[in-house]
Amino acid sequence: MQTTKSPYWQGFGAGAPFVLILVPFSTLFGVVATEAGLSVLEALTMSLVVVAGAAQFTAVQLMSEQVPVFIVILAALTVNLRMAMYSASLTPHLGAAPVGLRALVAYFTVDQTYACSVAAYEANPDWQLRQKLAYFFGVATPILPAWLGFTLVGSLVGATIPESWALDFAIPITFIALVAPILRTRAHRVAALVAIAMSLALAWMPYSLGVIVAGFIGMAAGAEVERRMVAKGTWT
Amino acid sequence: MIDQSTLWTVIISLGLGSFALRFVFLGVVGNRPLPDWLLRHLRYTAVAVLPALIAPLVLWPPATGGETDPARLLAAFAAIAVGLWTRNVIGAIVAGAAMLYLGLYLLG
Repeated sequence: MQTTKSPYWQGFGAGAPFVLILVPFSTLFGVVATEAGLSVLEALTMSLVVVAGAAQFTAVQLMSEQVPVFIVILAALTVNLRMAMYSASLTPHLGAAPVGLRALVAYFTVDQTYACSVAAYEANPDWQLRQKLAYFFGVATPILPAWLGFTLVGSLVGATIPESWALDFAIPITFIALVAPILRTRAHRVAALVAIAMSLALAWMPYSLGVIVAGFIGMAAGAEVERRMVAKGTWT
Repeated sequence: MIDQSTLWTVIISLGLGSFALRFVFLGVVGNRPLPDWLLRHLRYTAVAVLPALIAPLVLWPPATGGETDPARLLAAFAAIAVGLWTRNVIGAIVAGAAMLYLGLYLLG
């Protein structure tokens, strides 16, 4: 007999280990945001409202380069395009929930809640909507407070960190660390390499527009390699 | 220093925009299937956009006035190597930071 309590706690258990990854990441965001001139309240509001680490880092980096607002928003939203993919693949499972709950699911859709939930839904095909929702919010329960709490910690200690720590390089290292482990297939590696080459080649474009154009060309390159590998039967 | 009105414009627009991206299919499109080509492109957003964003920062860091810096370059390579090898995010951050400080200490 399935209860809603058990999927919730299963989700909680699946989400809890990710706190270990979020602690340094959100602390770093707090620190970098403070270094860029954001107040504690501003950094915390950003984490609460945006709830997307990579996009937040992107926005802070570009704002401190004095890039026009429109470009800052466009670049950060481009980084977040993957959330639309998460939304699409959660829809068959959670699309039947009332709209208020779906909005709440949307707010809590981040890399970890998405990845854990989709894996659990595939492993438990007998789950009904109630159990699926319970599991999803179970994963989100430890993650969101950790994200906000350690943004706060980071922004409180950020102001005390001296310039000799070279924190300007925290964002590049963090992004490399996020991307390198997920370069699983040739398509992923081609997407990354093409994006890097195009970004360097288009660095002359004003307002960091080259970054956005290079990102889209990289995406197209990855998608094209995948399409060819599927056609040849070498895609696993 | 970041201008206050810029900052709040970015926070609010980014919050609304990010929510819209998360809600678009779940809330609006419903159970209709998505075209394969769209999903295929969306799969590569993170691995394309993030490297595009930082490649110029690695090669021409604003902190050194755009001058290529051996310590920062080595740190980037250390993070890439450890990330590819161990598939561990925190391990790659630690390796990159360690190499950065070692490089700054020895070369700086």
